[in-house]
Amino acid sequence: MSGTAETIISVEKLKTYFDTEDGRVMAVDDVTFELKKGETLGIVGESGSGKSVTNLSILRLIPEPPGKIAAGKIIFDGDDLLQLSVEELRKVRGKRIAMVFQDPMTSLNPFLKISTQLTEVTRLHLGHTHGEAREHAIKMLKLVGIPDAEVRIDGYPHELSGGMRQRVMIAMALSCDPELLIADEPTTALDVTIQAQILELIKDLKARMGTSVILITHDLGVVAGMTDHVIVMYAGKIFERARTADLFSRPGNPYTRGLLRSVPDPEHERGEPLYQIPGLPPDLADPPPGCPFAPRCDRTEDICRTEFPPFVELHSGHHSLCHFAREVWEESLQTAGVDRRELEDIRSVDG
Amino acid sequence: MLRFILRRLLIIIPMALLVVTLTWGLIRLAPGNFYSGEKKLPAAVEAAIRKKYGLDEPWYKQYGMMMANVVRGDFGDSLKYPGQSVNEIIRRHLPYSATIGILAYFLALFVGMLAGTYAALKQNSVFDFGPMALAMLGLSIPNFVIAPVLVILFAFWLYVFPPARWGGASSLVLPVVTLAAVYAAYIARLTRAGMLEVLRSDFVRTARAKGLDDRTVLFRHAFRGGILPVVSFTGPALAALLAGTVVVEKVFALPGLGDIFIKAVLNRDEPLVLGIVAFLSILIMVFNLIVDVSYGFLDPRIRYE
Ligand SMILES: Nc1ncnc2c1ncn2[C@@H]1O[C@H](COP(=O)(O)OP(=O)(O)O)[C@@H](O)[C@H]1O
Ligand SMILES: [Mg+2]
Repeated sequence: MSGTAETIISVEKLKTYFDTEDGRVMAVDDVTFELKKGETLGIVGESGSGKSVTNLSILRLIPEPPGKIAAGKIIFDGDDLLQLSVEELRKVRGKRIAMVFQDPMTSLNPFLKISTQLTEVTRLHLGHTHGEAREHAIKMLKLVGIPDAEVRIDGYPHELSGGMRQRVMIAMALSCDPELLIADEPTTALDVTIQAQILELIKDLKARMGTSVILITHDLGVVAGMTDHVIVMYAGKIFERARTADLFSRPGNPYTRGLLRSVPDPEHERGEPLYQIPGLPPDLADPPPGCPFAPRCDRTEDICRTEFPPFVELHSGHHSLCHFAREVWEESLQTAGVDRRELEDIRSVDG
Repeated sequence: MLRFILRRLLIIIPMALLVVTLTWGLIRLAPGNFYSGEKKLPAAVEAAIRKKYGLDEPWYKQYGMMMANVVRGDFGDSLKYPGQSVNEIIRRHLPYSATIGILAYFLALFVGMLAGTYAALKQNSVFDFGPMALAMLGLSIPNFVIAPVLVILFAFWLYVFPPARWGGASSLVLPVVTLAAVYAAYIARLTRAGMLEVLRSDFVRTARAKGLDDRTVLFRHAFRGGILPVVSFTGPALAALLAGTVVVEKVFALPGLGDIFIKAVLNRDEPLVLGIVAFLSILIMVFNLIVDVSYGFLDPRIRYE
């Protein structure tokens, strides 16, 4: 599935682990996906499922030790990023692939002026002079909707609100016009009202600049209106992969179904607790035999506890990691599926 | 900011007077006098001395007189070295202490930050454990042990540095190294911890994600935050360094302020003790102010009020 002309990045059989006191944690285990130019891929999953590690592995930003990218290929524009020299990799980082991180409070350097943090990227990658870089930085700040950009640029991150800081992060990430933007839970740390604005901004800029986007989130609701494809991760593995519309209308995995049920819907009574998948994700240092989701799954059978499930292709481009993938998929048609349009309504109500 | 500095400077005066008062009280409470020696003085002589120095007055009058002079910056003459003013004695002996103190201070900062940063970058390797074990050693061995060891090694075996006394640059090496050792060790550990924390931080990851090279990431993005713990330690370090000079000057027979101070205390040379205590306390407070202000330059989130 790699190598077609319009594929911007393809991740193949990626394995990344961490050596911890409890033993070796397989944070990302055999993850494969690809992204076409100009498209947006959503990666969803509960916290700890390996979403961030997957994407940090792409730019080799895993702290080593304790981490290690043990296997796999990450093909970007014909090169395997995992094989590049550090110098070559640095020319990709920030220039061709840029990242926006979850917490804008801690992801900007509190000791440096915003101007320094913005201009250093374009001076490095685009060879801007001091003056050009500053002009460009102000332009970017305006683009992401920072009022008084000419003044703000000389301030420090702590003088801005969380939402404004995330805008600065986005301005910084997009300042070299990257081919791929990876946004790792860009709204998780923000107020609900700001979340929608930031998502709207990413969507808008993506359309304007033609950037391909990987959007990581633990909230399926976010994915609905933003992405073309979705992969659902659990315990370092891809549990389901599908076109966004298919995933919402006809999930083929009990885990995805659980995630869908935990998205708040408009008719949801205030104060009534949201659905939560029972139990906790497995200890990745000592995963249970069989399917890692089996202890929490609502349709577990004996085989789930003993045998690792197959990655079943349900139809073209729709895969599910489950012993009963097809059955779940069939069931979904009648029951649990949520209409995509319905979910977009949910999002607009949220915002 | 200016108001902050001004207010802190103003506080220094009453604080110094308080320190002087406490010191004065301690001297008076301690048994013995500057004139009492091995054998007892004849009663008439003792009475004459007491009268001459106003010791026959009630204590509050003596305190008042002492304070009236001290407030004007006049500590009077030394009791042990009559005819020499306290201010003059301090001025004469300060350069020795200041020289080894300042040199040790910068040596400790340089070596400590270098070793600490290096250890943090090479975490859990030989280059981490090596310097850190050395630092641990430096911390656990007191000055008065380090000094003779260095003297034996470099003065008596290798003949590279003189064992004691003042005489040119080479005579500074051993005292400065002795004095610096503990602080270098402490600063190395602080730097390592600070750098490790910053190197793990999100904003350093952001800097890497931008494609910056290791040097830029280290010096532009990590270093400032990493050395903040060191900066806040430099205030107390100076105070401790001053205490260290007392030992080092004794061991290496240097005519510095520390040496004079010990003698003054043993001699019950009250004006000299008060003078040195007042001088050192002001020095430490001014220095702490400098540290606080420079902290604000390093960390823009700090606001002074
Ligand atoms: N620096 C690290 N050291 C040890 N374990 C880590 C580290 N970073 C991530 N992990 C582990 O990797 C797993 C996946 O983490 P992550 O990718 O951050 O999850 P998420 O899906 O929430 O982004 C988790 O179990 C986490 O404990
Ligand atoms: Mg994450």
